[in-house]
Amino acid sequence: MKPEELKAQVLKLLTTIAPELDATSLRADRPLRNQVDLDSMDWLNFLVALHERLKVDIPEADYGKLATLEQLLAYLKEKLPG
Amino acid sequence: MTDFKLPSLGADMDQGKLLEWKVKPGDAVRRGQVVALVDTSKAAVELEIWHDGVVQELITKPGETIPVGTVMARLAAPGEAVATALRRPASPAARKRAHELDVDIEKVAGTGPHGAVTLEDIDKAAVKPAAAAAPDRQAEMRKAIAAAMSRSKREIPHYYLSEAIPLHRALDHLARANAARPVTGRVLIGALQLKAVALTLRQFPDLNGFWRDGAFRSGAGIHVGVAISLRQGGLVAPAIHDVDRLGLEELMRALADLVKRARAGSLRSSEMSDPTITVTALGEQGVEAVFGVIYPPQVALVGFGRIAERALAEDGALRAAPVVTATLSGDHRASDGHRGARFLAALREQLQRPEEL
Repeated sequence: MKPEELKAQVLKLLTTIAPELDATSLRADRPLRNQVDLDSMDWLNFLVALHERLKVDIPEADYGKLATLEQLLAYLKEKLPG
Repeated sequence: MTDFKLPSLGADMDQGKLLEWKVKPGDAVRRGQVVALVDTSKAAVELEIWHDGVVQELITKPGETIPVGTVMARLAAPGEAVATALRRPASPAARKRAHELDVDIEKVAGTGPHGAVTLEDIDKAAVKPAAAAAPDRQAEMRKAIAAAMSRSKREIPHYYLSEAIPLHRALDHLARANAARPVTGRVLIGALQLKAVALTLRQFPDLNGFWRDGAFRSGAGIHVGVAISLRQGGLVAPAIHDVDRLGLEELMRALADLVKRARAGSLRSSEMSDPTITVTALGEQGVEAVFGVIYPPQVALVGFGRIAERALAEDGALRAAPVVTATLSGDHRASDGHRGARFLAALREQLQRPEEL
């Protein structure tokens, strides 16, 4: 999957969790959960959605590596085949 | 014959608007079945029925706004003869029109003689009701919260207690268990806290129930209301039933489902009307502790703040450990600070034994 395509998918899933999200104002290098106001339930739902869409299973121990959108995209790129 | 009345779905509700009947005359209904959809200031709520029976007559019409306590429908007991014909009286012309316009004639309220469905009724029914007006939902919710919270602060003499609870055991236990779970089965610390509150309440029935007509009545079960903030503003606190008897994974599924439905505005009447205590967890927004306002007629509210690393002295040694501040808001008419303090101490101990949760 191309990086832009992956980013679009991730933003789309984020929008289903937080419908009021304005993706253009999201800073990719700043803490994600803070900007989107994701509580732990929203975050878990987001990971479940990622799991369903992209077939990636993100262990709890890796949450610390996913603080920003940039980090999340890099992490997913590593995990995804091809 | 029994009357089915609009129940009160919380201290802040005095009326509701019928959006839709899910049953029609002649239908057999079972206890717990959803029979109608009602719009309240907080959400569209699915009304459940509390008797087995057969629907005899639907009195309230969709679109009508009625006060709490209004008889909405009449039910015949199972086996009791149902007076109304099972088929709606209607002229052949009305039946033909209904067929043409794709209207279910059994669901149309007749205005003709003996409740017969007329041509006009069919035409009216064919016009799809406008999408439930949502724009003033927020203003309505603000008003409802204002009414309930004002009543609480006017009537309930609150007392407040707080206790720092170490969570390293609970979090370690959870991390180990979650490592073996797929992402779809993962349990949040919030679920563990709910379960701990519910189990502890078994020994404190005087904090679990209602203050009504000048006296305390303990709840029939431990139905924990969960304060859920809505993304567009406002909050609801619907109940998860019998939390003390749910397994942790089961509780987590119930919690996830409840949050999802609360945010989609689709809750059930039993969830809205019967929480016996409320738990609020504001810690995720970053506050250290929350001293909540009791939701009447309940008599207690438990709050959890942010989980943060603190210096913890234990067994003569100092270590860094995750700690949460738990608080209790108690109704001083129903319990005293002494009981409340014992409750928080017991909650603290319960959270040190996560394997029991």
